Amino acid sequence: MRALTPLTLARLCCASMALVAAGCIGAAEVLVRDDRGTEHRIAAPPQRIVSMLPSLTELVWVLGAGPRLVGVDRYSNWPADVARLPRLGGMDDAQIEAIAALKPDVILASTSSRAMDRMEALGFRVVRFKSDGHADVRRTLDTLARLLGQPEDGARVWARLEREMDQAAARVPIGLRGQRVYFEIGGGPYAAGTTSFIGETLTRLGMANIVPAELGPFPKLNPEFVVRARPDLIMGGQREQVALAQRPGWNSLAAVRQQRVCGFDPAPYEVLIRPGPRLGEAAALLADCLVRLGAGQSAARAGASAASPTP
Amino acid sequence: MSDAGRRTRLVGVMATVIALGLLAGLATGAGGFSPLGFWADVQGRDAGLILGQIRAPRTLGALMVGALLGLSGAIAQGLFRNPLADPFLLGSAAGSGLGVVLVLAGASIGGASISLATVAWMERVGLVAAAFFGALAGVAMTLTLARGAVHTLRLLLAGVVVGVLLGALSDLVTIASPDALRGKQAFMLGSTSFMGWDALALMGAGLVPLLVLAWRLARALDALTLGEDSAMSLGLDLARVRLALVAMLSLGTALAVSQAGLVAFVGLVAPHLVRRHAPGRHGWLLLASAGMGAALLLVADVISRALIAPQELPVGVVTAVLGGVYLFWLLKQRTAR
Repeated sequence: MRALTPLTLARLCCASMALVAAGCIGAAEVLVRDDRGTEHRIAAPPQRIVSMLPSLTELVWVLGAGPRLVGVDRYSNWPADVARLPRLGGMDDAQIEAIAALKPDVILASTSSRAMDRMEALGFRVVRFKSDGHADVRRTLDTLARLLGQPEDGARVWARLEREMDQAAARVPIGLRGQRVYFEIGGGPYAAGTTSFIGETLTRLGMANIVPAELGPFPKLNPEFVVRARPDLIMGGQREQVALAQRPGWNSLAAVRQQRVCGFDPAPYEVLIRPGPRLGEAAALLADCLVRLGAGQSAARAGASAASPTP
Repeated sequence: MSDAGRRTRLVGVMATVIALGLLAGLATGAGGFSPLGFWADVQGRDAGLILGQIRAPRTLGALMVGALLGLSGAIAQGLFRNPLADPFLLGSAAGSGLGVVLVLAGASIGGASISLATVAWMERVGLVAAAFFGALAGVAMTLTLARGAVHTLRLLLAGVVVGVLLGALSDLVTIASPDALRGKQAFMLGSTSFMGWDALALMGAGLVPLLVLAWRLARALDALTLGEDSAMSLGLDLARVRLALVAMLSLGTALAVSQAGLVAFVGLVAPHLVRRHAPGRHGWLLLASAGMGAALLLVADVISRALIAPQELPVGVVTAVLGGVYLFWLLKQRTAR
């Protein structure tokens, strides 16, 4: 079969699915504005989509348009089905030729991907997304849903995420609420600040952050700042957590000495650091660890009060 | 002013800058540069922790890394009789980069099968060791390719080839194991964040003998400035001296790089500054370059911590900007003349 152009596909869709109302709504003209402010007016919802960011791949999938993906970036790995799609490189080393050969109707990418400027110059439609906070995820969902021709689905998915986050928040032990968290995102040390999507999820779980909002989403901190701030809890990748005590001065932190840390293995860590449709799952992972810490804390307290002589 | 007078003046200037830099380094913390905050810290409960365990070692660490790079840079420029030579020239930068990437990738791939404590050990001790031995291995490859240090030009070319080759290899590894990319980037930009007293002891143990050796081999470098034939007619065993110098420069670079990552430009600019303001024989040039490198990196480190505190700039970015601006200005002056 010869490759169908998007337009013929859309026509085909309308002709064959004239009976199915949804099919024809899907073929209506689409108008979206991306996070670079570019207006995209497309005759019909795109049928061949390339996603160059894991979180965008996941969002497209959750919106039910997974079968329309024809290629993804090197790091996309969820759901497992995307493994069969061609890999098209990373943010700055995208394989221009391979992407062009796929003839996508639309390429979804980050606002900061330099390689995509070349794709735009080649005449491809690149829709750009920013992803720092929850508001960005919500807006991205909405834009993607309209782009895919199913505008009401964005709000639906977001509502589910909010529900999941609330459920996770309800599980956080009361004794831990308001405790100050240091979430390390990379060994720099880079922190997840209050304004990052990770920080916003923590806020939603009722936790405080040692990194104030004015430092931006992912600041590279002076390690002294962390030691001085004396976080109650430390979170991050499991591998880095094990090595915390060896950093100069960090052993003085109560959180390090008493192992009040949440270290996440690579797979769950990936869920935490992607601003996509697994935000609810991420909140649940954080809540799981907080529940575990809370249980340890109350056990320790019970042990201490049993052991100490009555005055 | 006589050359001797200029040298005395430069020593005075460097000593002042280093003294002020150390003070500023101690007074620059998470709150930015603040002498008042420093006074409060000294009297505070956490003086031993904040100042003693974090701020003092990283400030002194910047000093030592700078000294090692300045010394290695001066050796490289003397050895190659080329003012563009820098300590990363002979494949040491690419070698240590590859070492770091391999350990990071190995830890992320092996994470499932070996225990976490082992992985953490690999990443802490292993990264330093990998950077160190990677740098040495890079230089060893260059020496093998150039069949020893007999021909300077061949050595330079071999260094470039090895650099490109190892750089490409580490790019390949990061493609196979994206996890390694973050760690590699931190390494490429350089950082003094996590230097403790043990790192200082290690660098000190390398720096002191290197300075002594440099002082003793300086005459050979002086002889080399006359040209290789003249140097040989003076009874110099060129091949052996060169090998010794290459070993010293790669050891110094490897030590610095393993503790602080690839801090750019210090090794290139420090000898230039010394030669320009107070020329002299290599005995002076080598030691003064070490001092100049120390002063430069100290200042750069303070800037990197103070500018956007409590956030930090990677110190390698600061040195690259400072060094770049200096070279820019230098070239502009030369062409204007």
